Amino acid sequence: MDLILFLIFAIIAVVSAVNVVVQTHPISSAVSLIGVMGSLAVLYLLLGAEFIAAAQVIVYAGAVMVLFIFVILLLNAGAETKRGRSFMVQLLGVPLLIALLGLLAFFVERLFPRGVSVRFGGFTGGTAQSVGKALFTTYLLPFEVTSLLILIAILGAIVLARKELD
Amino acid sequence: MDAFVVISLIKAAVIAFVLLTAVAYLQWVERKVIAHIQLRMGPYRVGPHGLLQPLADVIKLITKEDMMPSYVNKPIYLLAPFLAVSMSLLSIAVIPFGPTISVAGYQTGMQLADLNIGVLYILAVSSMGVYGVALAGWASNNKYALLGGLRSSAQMISYEIPMALAIASPLLISNTLSLKELVATQSGSVLDWNVLHRPFPQIIAFLIFLIAGFAETNRVPFDLPEAENELVAGFHTEYSSMKFASFFMAEYLNMVTVSSLATLLFLGGWEAPWPAAKGSNLIPSVIFLVAGLTALYHAAHPARQMDKYTLAAFGIVFLALAGVFVLPIVQSWLLPLFWFCAKAGAILFAFMWVRGTLPRFRYDQLMSFAWKFLFPVAMLNLLVTSFLVAWF
Repeated sequence: MDLILFLIFAIIAVVSAVNVVVQTHPISSAVSLIGVMGSLAVLYLLLGAEFIAAAQVIVYAGAVMVLFIFVILLLNAGAETKRGRSFMVQLLGVPLLIALLGLLAFFVERLFPRGVSVRFGGFTGGTAQSVGKALFTTYLLPFEVTSLLILIAILGAIVLARKELD
Repeated sequence: MDAFVVISLIKAAVIAFVLLTAVAYLQWVERKVIAHIQLRMGPYRVGPHGLLQPLADVIKLITKEDMMPSYVNKPIYLLAPFLAVSMSLLSIAVIPFGPTISVAGYQTGMQLADLNIGVLYILAVSSMGVYGVALAGWASNNKYALLGGLRSSAQMISYEIPMALAIASPLLISNTLSLKELVATQSGSVLDWNVLHRPFPQIIAFLIFLIAGFAETNRVPFDLPEAENELVAGFHTEYSSMKFASFFMAEYLNMVTVSSLATLLFLGGWEAPWPAAKGSNLIPSVIFLVAGLTALYHAAHPARQMDKYTLAAFGIVFLALAGVFVLPIVQSWLLPLFWFCAKAGAILFAFMWVRGTLPRFRYDQLMSFAWKFLFPVAMLNLLVTSFLVAWF
């Protein structure tokens, strides 16, 4: 059951990810990206990280992608015109893609020990309580630094917006 | 495993059937309530007191010609209503309508799935509901639809923040994310409901949640995405037949979700206002008894010749219900269901009441209200709540 669900959502994620690049219209790409985020959330859920899954949907699929689509709607961006592929792309595209995939497969093979497979639902630290506890004890410093970073980003956004107004 | 699957399928079928019927009749109730607010009669022709009007509406919507303009973006135009209605149906799956009961020897909760992140799940699904509206507006390739879609996505993003902050404060008091345990922490009397719970009554959070809920469901006074006098019908201008009906259903389903969530988070879910030992289990019977007697009295009244049979029939149905509620066998599951429906129904009535009384906001008022008033107040409320919870 877990394996079937994993295969279904992994395939959806990969197909949507390819679709993001293939589509010419920004809205279609954005919708495909939502598909990627959603299937990733399901994969997290299968592993037992329910809080991360919910956060993935709320933050990425919900908030970030809504803003993306909002901006695309606001700018009323049209479909991009396809130019002919350059000589370099035609010549090197497929070999480079194969090389990248080979490299990835090589590292996965080397880095992960043999014979140990992923156990679905094996991760027990995924509840909201344990994530919260980890954030406020073990990872307190990174957490606070990240908050500061976001605060700086907000201030920067305000400064930039004010400059536009004046 | 097998019993679980069978029970879940039965529960899903029952909940889907009851919910869709309720949504159809909610629309009838809304038309009646607004009609009476405006001193009209409302639907009256189809069936007694217009009771078959929802059926007539459904038949009309199904048989209408399904037009698709030639200039729309076809895949996304078709995806949008499906997305809207499926997201609003999904969020119902985690709402508990009552406690765990035993049916024919099996223990089962009166909800489809008891997630330990139920509240987050509803937030996640409702944040996905924006896409239905935004994409419908864009894919219609129509300026009114696009403006409606833009307005609605901006509005939903803005009001999601005070809503999430308002949800967070009762969660601090209850210390759980599971909707079922949330109700368990509020059991007892009305003083244990989160809206009045120590150490800090969440009445402000409750009001903020309701206001944000009105905005999230695009209801009056926040119905700018479909403001008729500016935008024709907003994001669903180009939709007809069942696709239009999907948006309509999604709106009413979202109303049901918001009122159920408000009931669970703030009003103690299916718990009675005071313990059954002090007679709260007799309240439903008394209410139905009074309703039945009133209906019978009006049926016998000579001035109401037209309603001689319909009101009598209603009176008898209400009296029968009053009798059912005192039966000890059904009390274990019927009483929680009654209290849940009564609380959620009261909030749904408030939705209609507001629609009948308040005018629409202007767009800039809507935005400044969310960012300059609701957001700081919700933040402050959360801060005070967390300090008091940490203190006591």
